[in-house]
Amino acid sequence: MSAPVKIRGRVVRTGGVSFRVHDRAVVVCLALLAAVVGIGLVTMTTGDFELTVSDVVKSLVGQGDGASDFIVLTLRLPRLLTGILVGAALAVSGGILQSLSGNPLASPDIIGFTQGAATGAILVIVLVDGSMVQIGAGALVGGVATAVVVYLLAFKQGVQGFRLILIGIGISFIMLSLNKYLVTRASLTDAIAVQAWQVGGLNGRGWEHVQVVGAAVAVLLPLALHFGRRLALMEMGDATAKGLGVNAERTRLALIAISVGLAAVATAAAGPVSFLALAAPQLSRRLTGSAGAGLFAAALMGALLLTAGDLAVQRLFSPAQLPVGIATGALGGLYLIWLLAHEWRRGIAR
Amino acid sequence: MTRLRAEDLTLAYDQRTVVEGLGVTIPDGSFTVIVGPNACGKSTLLKALARMLKPTTGAVYLDSEVITTYRSKEVARRLGLLPQTSIAPGGITVGELVARGRYPHQRLLKQWSEQDELVVTEAMRLTNVLDLADRMLDELSGGQRQRVWLAMVLAQETAILLLDEPTTFLDIAHQIEVLDLCADLHEERGHTLVAVLHDLNQACRYATHLIAMKPGEGIVAQGDPSEIVTAELVEEVFGLPCRVVPDPETGTPLIVPLKRQRVSVGVAAG
Repeated sequence: MSAPVKIRGRVVRTGGVSFRVHDRAVVVCLALLAAVVGIGLVTMTTGDFELTVSDVVKSLVGQGDGASDFIVLTLRLPRLLTGILVGAALAVSGGILQSLSGNPLASPDIIGFTQGAATGAILVIVLVDGSMVQIGAGALVGGVATAVVVYLLAFKQGVQGFRLILIGIGISFIMLSLNKYLVTRASLTDAIAVQAWQVGGLNGRGWEHVQVVGAAVAVLLPLALHFGRRLALMEMGDATAKGLGVNAERTRLALIAISVGLAAVATAAAGPVSFLALAAPQLSRRLTGSAGAGLFAAALMGALLLTAGDLAVQRLFSPAQLPVGIATGALGGLYLIWLLAHEWRRGIAR
Repeated sequence: MTRLRAEDLTLAYDQRTVVEGLGVTIPDGSFTVIVGPNACGKSTLLKALARMLKPTTGAVYLDSEVITTYRSKEVARRLGLLPQTSIAPGGITVGELVARGRYPHQRLLKQWSEQDELVVTEAMRLTNVLDLADRMLDELSGGQRQRVWLAMVLAQETAILLLDEPTTFLDIAHQIEVLDLCADLHEERGHTLVAVLHDLNQACRYATHLIAMKPGEGIVAQGDPSEIVTAELVEEVFGLPCRVVPDPETGTPLIVPLKRQRVSVGVAAG
């Protein structure tokens, strides 16, 4: 019998629990977490009204004065939390789709899920002038309905990556036209509300947004992480995954449902934030350099990108309140060009 | 009593029926090789045996139960599959890939036990890829890569292994290397192997049980290759006029196609 093989990573075994962790992935996750905390602190303390860290902490534990309580608890904290949750949700949503399709171009905003969710949300805004929870429900229904249409159209003895993306792009543009049409039929106030929401931003996000996205992330993120190992096996192709004991069809459906749910709720809360779902999982994958879907690192990367982006637009363009969607769109566009050029050379974008 | 068999299988892609009313029994402990011309349904049959393709009628039985009644992981602990093509995930090392073969034996909190480590080491030793453990999968040659995929399937610790054209993308030396490895697994470790092969001579050399299939007719002959492979059978199944002689190396049947018959064609000279 040969000596046990050393496989990259650190082996942890205590009691009945055993697993392998990849050092670099752990370091990257910790660094991302620290960066999110850092951005959070800067977001909470700086702005038109400067606060010290101890002011913020006092407000958080319920011992602050009226003014800082208002700034911390009503203005800055819900906005920050919405940013973290929306960023994480979008990144995981994109990470799942990219892993499933084996294509870095797959992301909910490219294959129409986000636009479909927007249609649902706009309908709620325009028709019933709904509350945040109702808008969230509308986005969910719109996103799921769009995903079902895309899935069925792309289905041909299973769903193959590039077909899903091409059909998704088509559906995405149809939904985009529909959204534009809805705006033209809306009253002026509704149209302005929709327009502001559509660019994607965290301006004026309150606790009702945190609750809706928070609830969705609390349920769907653990589920996504649970399916993460199966997702990694599915990257090797359906036959290989099935051979290893993964029910490929059921796993794919569950993962797509999770992805749609996360994208829809994130869209309901912050509007269609472009490119984040596309870029975050790719960036975290490159940083960790490990195999597998890496959804946890992707979630942290998404949270970091969105909160950092929001901080940047708040401070750099102050006093104008620029929506963070504009910043992620501009950066993401550059990233997309680079990605396409890169994939083309490798001959993957076939 | 055999562990893997199929009864009254009708297999179809969409509306196109590939095999109809086919029954097959895989002898335990055999190295079964399925051969036949293109489109005879040999890969289709293997896919059905591996529960990758749902039969239109009939069923595949694993340990006397219909295979689809088991949970996916339970099947994966009894029957391993090396598909024709697998996608190499990016950023993965050889060791990590082989370790994935332990998935059907792992649970949420128990993802890398000492047992897992031992089995993976043994699988990598058998396939001679221990030295490659820390290499990235995409740096390897085709032959090395195929041995790594095989190691992953071996790490599943299944008595039955299904191999769908395991030699397809390999040059001749690597083909023999992989087949020798399969023969070792069969003889020394008692695995039941079922493989689809293109090369009839290789099939005759390595198989203990040969299944010959023909398009539209299903299985036309099965048994020990030395007993069933004749010039008539090859002519009937492949439409190839040939002689069958003993392989000078192993004594197994060797198919030698007849030399080209000069057909006199009236071509005006110049």
